[in-house]
Amino acid sequence: MKTSSSPFREVSLHVNGEIKPVLIKPSDTLLYILRVKLGLTGSKPGCLNGDCGACTVNVDGMAMKSCLMFAIEAPGKRIITIEGLKGTPIQHAFIKEFAFQCGYCTSGFIMNCYSLVENYPDANDELITEMLESNICRCTGYQEIENAVKSVLSSNKNLEK
Amino acid sequence: MLSFDFDYHAPSTLKEAVSIYQILERQGKQPLFYGGGTEVLTLGRLNLVYSDALIDIKNIPECRVQMLTDKHLVLGAALTLTALTERNLFPLLSKTARGVADHTARNKITLGGNICGEIFYREAVLPFLLTDSYAVIAGNEIRTVSFDEVFNQFLQLGKGEFLVQLITNRNDLRLPQFHIKRRKQWNIGYPLVTVASIKKAGTVRIAISGLCPFPFRSKKLEEALNNNDISIESRINEAIQHVPSPILHDVEGSDEYRIFVLKNTLQDVLESYQGGES
Ligand SMILES: Cc1cc2nc3c(=O)[nH]c(=O)nc-3n(C[C@H](O)[C@H](O)[C@H](O)COP(=O)(O)OP(=O)(O)OC[C@H]3O[C@@H](n4cnc5c(N)ncnc54)[C@H](O)[C@@H]3O)c2cc1C
Ligand code: FES
Ligand code: FES
Repeated sequence: MKTSSSPFREVSLHVNGEIKPVLIKPSDTLLYILRVKLGLTGSKPGCLNGDCGACTVNVDGMAMKSCLMFAIEAPGKRIITIEGLKGTPIQHAFIKEFAFQCGYCTSGFIMNCYSLVENYPDANDELITEMLESNICRCTGYQEIENAVKSVLSSNKNLEK
Repeated sequence: MLSFDFDYHAPSTLKEAVSIYQILERQGKQPLFYGGGTEVLTLGRLNLVYSDALIDIKNIPECRVQMLTDKHLVLGAALTLTALTERNLFPLLSKTARGVADHTARNKITLGGNICGEIFYREAVLPFLLTDSYAVIAGNEIRTVSFDEVFNQFLQLGKGEFLVQLITNRNDLRLPQFHIKRRKQWNIGYPLVTVASIKKAGTVRIAISGLCPFPFRSKKLEEALNNNDISIESRINEAIQHVPSPILHDVEGSDEYRIFVLKNTLQDVLESYQGGES
């Protein structure tokens, strides 16, 4: 069993397809490391308490609130942040459906919706509502966001046909 | 951001986890086993939880098992609530887990973390209080104990012990059941009252979270509810006399209001059993 006197550890994180060496403390949240050490400020700090979803990223294919995860657990996992999504259908759908106003919650919502359409191509209304409840928007109604999700799900289905 | 630093250990066997704990303790540290880490983070930020050495149990294979044997369902303590609900091997647990936090948070919150946590609600406890279930606990030895006996307001763990698995009798997984979570507002959030129930051998069993600072099941309360000689209303009034104290009285709801909500919820449960079982 190794113990060290320094709280810092050098680890490699797999973020947006790149391996990034970074010095972390076990008590750092993934959100802090992404924003402060890696300069990926698209994941937003909101409540820092797991309630608002502004900090949502994708870890090993699943939506994850990065304020609820210790960065020390991240080595070996594939992390995608909003900066790693480049012109995905869900991003286009958010623009097309006007699914945001001030935009503060948007990266978190998009990361959650990205996981939703990737993992649950057959999501029904109940599951869509349940998943969208993980994020809070203070500006818009949620209808436009729901429309964006549904438009991607249905165009993916049409592509399959 | 936490105001304290800690060492991080991620053992891959039960034995290693126990021995790391013992070594750290001998070094004068305050080690803590953990699963999802969401409560360590959220309560840690408020200085309500402290540790200078965290032991992550997620790499221990026994803690990640999700398996049906001939007679039992075995669930590892480090399974996330999402992993449980998606396989849905224990429908009452799935319904209860789906009421906890939100979908994304459930990708991180673990079964063991919910059961062993500090917060009042610990809703995932309810299905195990109702069924023939056992807790597998690792420490100097591995012990398997009846959940009913080892859970008294909190899971009664000795120093240096942690929860490895929950085992449930397979016959109890698909009994008639209800789960009702009543919140102050919205679809997400802590409960005013959550009632989980099964009907076994003609008898209704009830476990409750949100009413008291701990989840509970009361045999006396159940006896009153099962007294079919009197009306449902009288049964409920009698049952309420057996609610343990204290009753929560906070911004979510006053004690009086919680009792009011509980009465209505019990009525819904009893009437639903009469009307047809889900
Ligand atoms: C946004 C949000 C909403 C929530 N809503 C609800 C809700 O509606 N209902 C509800 O019941 N809860 C709710 N919770 C609380 C949550 O379920 C608990 O805080 C739970 O403890 C988190 O699980 P975890 O695995 O992250 O715990 P951790 O942070 O890993 O651990 C919590 C505690 O349990 C101990 N522990 C963990 N695993 C073990 C183990 N295997 N053996 C021994 N000790 C262990 C740790 O030492 C620590 O003290 C919510 C939490 C959040 C963040
Ligand atoms: S900042 Fe992470 S959920 Fe609000
Ligand atoms: S668009 Fe402003 S908070 Fe959502």
